[in-house]
Amino acid sequence: MVRDPKGAPVAEIEFQDVGKVYADGTRAVDALDLQIQDGEFMVFVGPSGCGKTTALRMVAGLEEISEGAILIGDRVVNNVSPKDRDIAMVFQTYALYPHMTVEENLAFGLRLRKLTKTEIGRRVHAAASTLGLEEFLQRKPRALSGGQRQRVAMGRAIVREPQVYLMDEPLSNLDAKLRVQMRAEIHKLQRELGVTTIYVTHDQTEAMTMGDRVAVMLSGHLQQVDDPERLYARPANQFVAGFIGSPAMNMTEARLSRGDDALIVNFGAHRLAVDPELVAERPALAAYENGKVVLGIRPEDFEDAAFTPEAPPERSLDTVTGLREALGSEVLVHFSIASSSSVAPDASEFIESVGDEGTIFVARVHPQTRAREGESLRLVVNTKRLHFFDPETGRAIFAEAGAQTRMTVGPRSV
Amino acid sequence: MSAVSPRVAVPKRPRVRPGAISLTALTYAIALLVFFPVLWTVLTAFKKEADAAATPPTFFFHATFANFQAVFDADYFTYFKNTLLLAGGSTLLALVLGLPAAYSLAFHPSKHTPKVLSWVLSTKMLPAVGALIPLVVIYKRVGLFDTRLGMILLYAAFNLPLVIWMMRSFFADLPKEILEASIVDGAGFFRIMTRIVLPLTAPGLAATALLSLIFSWNEFLLAVNLTAANSGTLPVFISGFQTSEGLFFAKMSAASTLAVAPVILAGWLAQRSLVRGLTFGAVK
Ligand SMILES: Nc1ncnc2c1ncn2[C@@H]1O[C@H](COP(=O)(O)OP(=O)(O)OP(=O)(O)O)[C@@H](O)[C@H]1O
Ligand SMILES: [Mg+2]
Repeated sequence: MVRDPKGAPVAEIEFQDVGKVYADGTRAVDALDLQIQDGEFMVFVGPSGCGKTTALRMVAGLEEISEGAILIGDRVVNNVSPKDRDIAMVFQTYALYPHMTVEENLAFGLRLRKLTKTEIGRRVHAAASTLGLEEFLQRKPRALSGGQRQRVAMGRAIVREPQVYLMDEPLSNLDAKLRVQMRAEIHKLQRELGVTTIYVTHDQTEAMTMGDRVAVMLSGHLQQVDDPERLYARPANQFVAGFIGSPAMNMTEARLSRGDDALIVNFGAHRLAVDPELVAERPALAAYENGKVVLGIRPEDFEDAAFTPEAPPERSLDTVTGLREALGSEVLVHFSIASSSSVAPDASEFIESVGDEGTIFVARVHPQTRAREGESLRLVVNTKRLHFFDPETGRAIFAEAGAQTRMTVGPRSV
Repeated sequence: MSAVSPRVAVPKRPRVRPGAISLTALTYAIALLVFFPVLWTVLTAFKKEADAAATPPTFFFHATFANFQAVFDADYFTYFKNTLLLAGGSTLLALVLGLPAAYSLAFHPSKHTPKVLSWVLSTKMLPAVGALIPLVVIYKRVGLFDTRLGMILLYAAFNLPLVIWMMRSFFADLPKEILEASIVDGAGFFRIMTRIVLPLTAPGLAATALLSLIFSWNEFLLAVNLTAANSGTLPVFISGFQTSEGLFFAKMSAASTLAVAPVILAGWLAQRSLVRGLTFGAVK
């Protein structure tokens, strides 16, 4: 086994072209290539049924690997039994042993590993104090609240001191407030322990706030893996663009044309001049001149023109406020664009859209906006942050090969 | 929930409706009907033979323990010991063989699992009488006739489908994640079975074992044809009071009472664990 200079085992996880076909012929995971670094917090996110759990269970050894190989450290674990993989798993349902006390739950795995009584006691009490479970050690799981059970499930993983944590939606059974609190706790705990972690969730907020890197999956395919900032700023395709961020990115069909001194994007009755910086960043855009693209604008890249008076007209669009949602710190303005919405074919079921009057856009504007429902409104667009996608493939338009390589980006130093 | 319901004002004391009373009465009537034969047997056990055979039946009589004395003198304890060994041994054997089968059928199902299950059950469909003659012949040939071992094997075979079917459904009801958690924690088959699966299905296991015990305890047809002096069971013993010289009703009743008493006692003792809930806050 590889060890780092301090002598701790190095627990990288590598998926090499991994595929999973269930006995009934369902293909749950396809050609998954991914490297997770030692100590990294990797989040798998995607809509229900996209294969996140399957991928995780293959690492755990609870599901046979149909194709490819999974490595933990430098060891191919395809045929290694779960107990010899040195992993600990936190289940969505917690899966506590109902007939054992909290203490016995925590100690169960250690007893099986024939640790000494004193060592078991030490670890159990250390974990209990980390998680604030000391006063519950003699209780059975049924006498605990949801949050406490969740902690016990975490504790059962911690005491084992494994190389790898696997967590399958561990917070999905908690109420919203507790979820936010536990999210922070798990994140902090993982930082302190520095144990390589794969965390599965379908909640993009959880993914973005916790992950060192986030792997976005759809229908068994890895769509993009990147750190949260890059995922947000440079989504590799329409699906990722629409899945990450809330409210979702606005997308519409558009045409690119050459203006006097800038590239112009036309959609519905609107024209926007694309910022030259953006064009320089995305050289492949040139090839779409006079052709169709899919334009994406995040809600926060709009602003009420009243708050940016110096903005030039080629960055503005005039519209009529449809729905106005005041959220306190911001106001969401819905307005319609007289053009057809556009979502990639395979992503369509996951992205909301449409209406007969064209595409509905959402803008997130200053809380003091004077926008009133039914009245006209001028919005300014940050044209440095426009997103463009190929209307056929749904891939983001970057440099020539950019869209391709971004799909299977390797690990970056954490 | 903010609307105040007028029902809140109604006093707490539950009102007894006439329907409930008649339902209770009916329940008692049915219970008595079912229980009466047992009661009659027990009563008869304390009668003199003359009272027992009287028509119309007498409810008032001088109680006597003579019948029980006669039953004990007729070697009750040998038969009791046989029954205990046969019922216990066959139940144990059926569990030892049936639990792993139930485990694999529950946790590693394949597309053939339903077929295996109906095949297992199909052995129960053959009337025992149909297999009787071949069994007698075979048992005599291989030297299992009138042996305890032979009867244990036979009863275990008869109870196996019951064990497999019942335990499979109890196992299948266990949350799969609990087993997976224990696998990841490092438990092998034996540990999973003894530390996780059996403790969690204990009530079901108790029910299954009890049913198996009762079947073996009361089985008559095979016992009367396949056993003699060496391995006879209590039902055979009871039937012994029906001789060519006539029926000995009171003694037979005493024997019956002594035969069912242990089973009723066992059932009563197991009741607590039988009705205890199966899973308790395992998930969610
Ligand atoms: N045992 C199984 N047999 C057959 N198909 C399965 C099995 N388990 C999962 N699948 C299928 O594989 C696909 C991926 O399932 P998986 O549980 O990995 O999804 P997921 O991303 O975890 O979804 P969720 O967010 O709902 O938990 C789904 O289409 C599912 O129906
Ligand atoms: Mg899942």
